Amino acid sequence: MSDPDHRHGEGYGWEDGSPERLYVITGGRSGSLESAPLDLVTLIVARSAPAPGMQPEHAAIMRMCQAPLSVAEISAYLSLPVSVVTVLVGDLLTDGDVLARAPVARAELPDLALIEAVIDGLQKL
Amino acid sequence: MDFRSSEPPAGPSRADALPETATAAVKVVIVGGFGVGKTTLVGSVSEIRPLTTEETMTQAGVGVDDTAGVERKSSTTVAMDFGRISINEELVLYLFGTPGQERFWFLWRGLFEGALGAVVLVDTRRLEVSFDVIGRLEERGVPFVVAVNSFPGAPEHPLEELRAALDLPGSVPIVVCDARRRESSRDVLMTLMRYLHSLAMTPKAS
Repeated sequence: MSDPDHRHGEGYGWEDGSPERLYVITGGRSGSLESAPLDLVTLIVARSAPAPGMQPEHAAIMRMCQAPLSVAEISAYLSLPVSVVTVLVGDLLTDGDVLARAPVARAELPDLALIEAVIDGLQKL
Repeated sequence: MDFRSSEPPAGPSRADALPETATAAVKVVIVGGFGVGKTTLVGSVSEIRPLTTEETMTQAGVGVDDTAGVERKSSTTVAMDFGRISINEELVLYLFGTPGQERFWFLWRGLFEGALGAVVLVDTRRLEVSFDVIGRLEERGVPFVVAVNSFPGAPEHPLEELRAALDLPGSVPIVVCDARRRESSRDVLMTLMRYLHSLAMTPKAS
């Protein structure tokens, strides 16, 4: 059983969530909306299989995004903070390794059709 | 079945993968105090077992002088559970359960930006928590509905009494739910969607 509150516990030489480890993974960059306009629910799709020699985290994202997957889900499966995943996905976007399917912004509302589609879908649950 | 290993997890199981046709995603935020049943609600309607995303709050260790000049950073990990509902072949709805304290909301950049709306989950035994949340959502202009999670043994108040206690505008829907039940949680989301629908139909007074 995993306990989310204690996932970053002892037993590892390097604490999973330690600032040092996250710094190394991202090369010291922090997630910024300016550089990569990624939302928690932006769907990411890989354009190919991971290339040999890719950074392990990049390769892991490529593997799990063979089907569309949200930034939040990537973060959950990698056990990495969203801000770190944003940087990693941003790298892959820059290199053209993945595509981002932008979330539907509320600014586009009032979109009755969208809300009606959600109501329709919920009714079928 | 969760395994902890140094290998990165493979990602979603085949059953949890979205179809290739999924092109758009929307989100709804479930806000409430600790133990009010956010994850229960998310879990009861989600098509996947709720997942956890984390953000790390890093604070420079101020006032730590016993480390003799060594700059220390302390980090706190805050978790947010979320689930997913495929609305149709193209559209996916994500549900994020977040703690009521506003300081956590900033951890997940853009949590409320682009969200369709929010559900404030209320425990009648701890109304004061919701008071704050409602005020913050109003300030941010996030449309929301209030759902009262019915806990066994919790005092039962008429909804209008709760509305008054929460100082809730008459236009904001308030419903009772049992977050453990799928249909009940679904109905909460329906209430929010119908409310959003009515808002979208009403021309904005500017």
